[in-house]
Amino acid sequence: MNGAAQHGSTAIRDKTAIVGIGTTNFGAVYRDLDPERSAYDLGMEALKHALDDAGLNKSDLDGLIVVRIPGYTRFAEMLGMPHLRLVNVLEGGGRMAGVALQYATMVVVTGQADTVAVVYGNNGRSVGARYGGEGSRMPSPDDTGPYETMYGFTSPGAAVAMMWHRYQYEYNAPDDGLAAVAINNRKNGALNSNAVFQKPITYEEYVNARFIAVPLRLFDYCIINDGGVSFIVTTAARAKTLKHPPAYIGATYAASNLNHNYHVQDFWWEACQDVSRRVYKEANITPSEIKCAEIYDNFTPTIVFALEGFGFCERGTGHEWVRGGRIELGGQLPVNTCGGHTSESYMQGHALICEAVRQVRGEAGARQVPNADVVQYNCASPITTATILHR
Amino acid sequence: MTLADAPARPKPIPPIFKVNQGFWEGSKVSELRLDHCQECDHIWFPPSSSCPNCLSTNIDWQAVSGRGKVWSWIWMHQRYGWAFDSEVPYLLVQVNLEEGPSFVSTLVGVDKADLRFDMPVKVTWQERNENQSVPVFTPDDADTDSVDPRGDPFGEG
Repeated sequence: MNGAAQHGSTAIRDKTAIVGIGTTNFGAVYRDLDPERSAYDLGMEALKHALDDAGLNKSDLDGLIVVRIPGYTRFAEMLGMPHLRLVNVLEGGGRMAGVALQYATMVVVTGQADTVAVVYGNNGRSVGARYGGEGSRMPSPDDTGPYETMYGFTSPGAAVAMMWHRYQYEYNAPDDGLAAVAINNRKNGALNSNAVFQKPITYEEYVNARFIAVPLRLFDYCIINDGGVSFIVTTAARAKTLKHPPAYIGATYAASNLNHNYHVQDFWWEACQDVSRRVYKEANITPSEIKCAEIYDNFTPTIVFALEGFGFCERGTGHEWVRGGRIELGGQLPVNTCGGHTSESYMQGHALICEAVRQVRGEAGARQVPNADVVQYNCASPITTATILHR
Repeated sequence: MTLADAPARPKPIPPIFKVNQGFWEGSKVSELRLDHCQECDHIWFPPSSSCPNCLSTNIDWQAVSGRGKVWSWIWMHQRYGWAFDSEVPYLLVQVNLEEGPSFVSTLVGVDKADLRFDMPVKVTWQERNENQSVPVFTPDDADTDSVDPRGDPFGEG
């Protein structure tokens, strides 16, 4: 890492803001399977909501980043916006939500475009996405997945289970060490009329649920559902003129730890620490000033890894720290106030970013955290990211 | 066609390509061969046509010890509509080899109650077809010094 990256900068601080957010109704879409409702359609619905939310017209956009939606050309054509200044597509992976936000921020800060929409669309449930098993495609010489699938190892859930089991050993985390996290997500989802699952779960339901990959159980796993999410990033100057109070981007950074397995042997600790050093310095805050955290949770252990890696508690203590209501609404650090990926929706991080904006604006209703002037979105994954949003 | 109706397929295995040919040739004679760099002596997995340490393409295959330690393990319960479904729950391990590379694999010849973190293991082979055997691991009884006696307090299922 070079010095500039080590020490962070103030190049990004407060120069941009998220000004519009939009999603499909996750619960309604979940109950209405339609294999012809495409990722483009779902993304378009979300973008319309985000434009309405911002009080912008589509013609105000000059940047478009689509995620999981297969191609920007068709999306731009459907949007009737062939003339844009920044256009790209990011692969459909959970790590990409933070990357998309980082990308949009850099684009606006550097003036490549003034108003960038990130649009995510996912119709995986309707078309039978399985997130595991044997691919239908003939592997190429550079595909490394077959070195795992030849043993029956498949899905990121298995990788996170492998990490969590080792974590349990290293830090004496008990069998129910994730119960508080899983229960919290469902409890928050019950306050979210947009959520797929709005029914809380009990401790007994959690521990008695079937195993998917021991040591992880059913309620440690994200939902598979269809939906769309969009958020719009623009300059701070323009943000001040729009409908809602801006959710300023105080800082946003990423650090990777990439190998042919999804899992790594430090639970993404070093990547989280590298991001932390820069994101807190640039935003000029400490973790204790963060009023709530929206944490990427494809599987519940990532919440524990992230709470430690991003400095909310000591390394190895996250499984204890989450107990006793500390991460619930009303607790010290409410986490995943919308219900997260196991309750609200599996929009691969993007819906969590929208929830962070709602919290900053103070419009989260029954799940609003009082005085949520500083909120973090973070994601511990092969590309670890964190963003500070604030009033 | 539902998953239940699908015809039984064999367990998947990576096709043989130039980039992994030496690995599979070794498997036929029960020898774990990994990529080795002739410039910097680095050893790595999975196979690639240049060295991830020094980027040299001056590489060959080197037989390694086949000894390592179990970093972690899981029991897969989920069925994904493939050949492993009939074996659930099945054991998967992460093994860190003495030479550095780390493998997802499985463990044979060990009772569930005897699984330990960091337990020493050595490679053995499961034949899949006439050209390919898959490296799996088995307890290495010659090395018991470093075993944590605590066992697995959480290993249900």
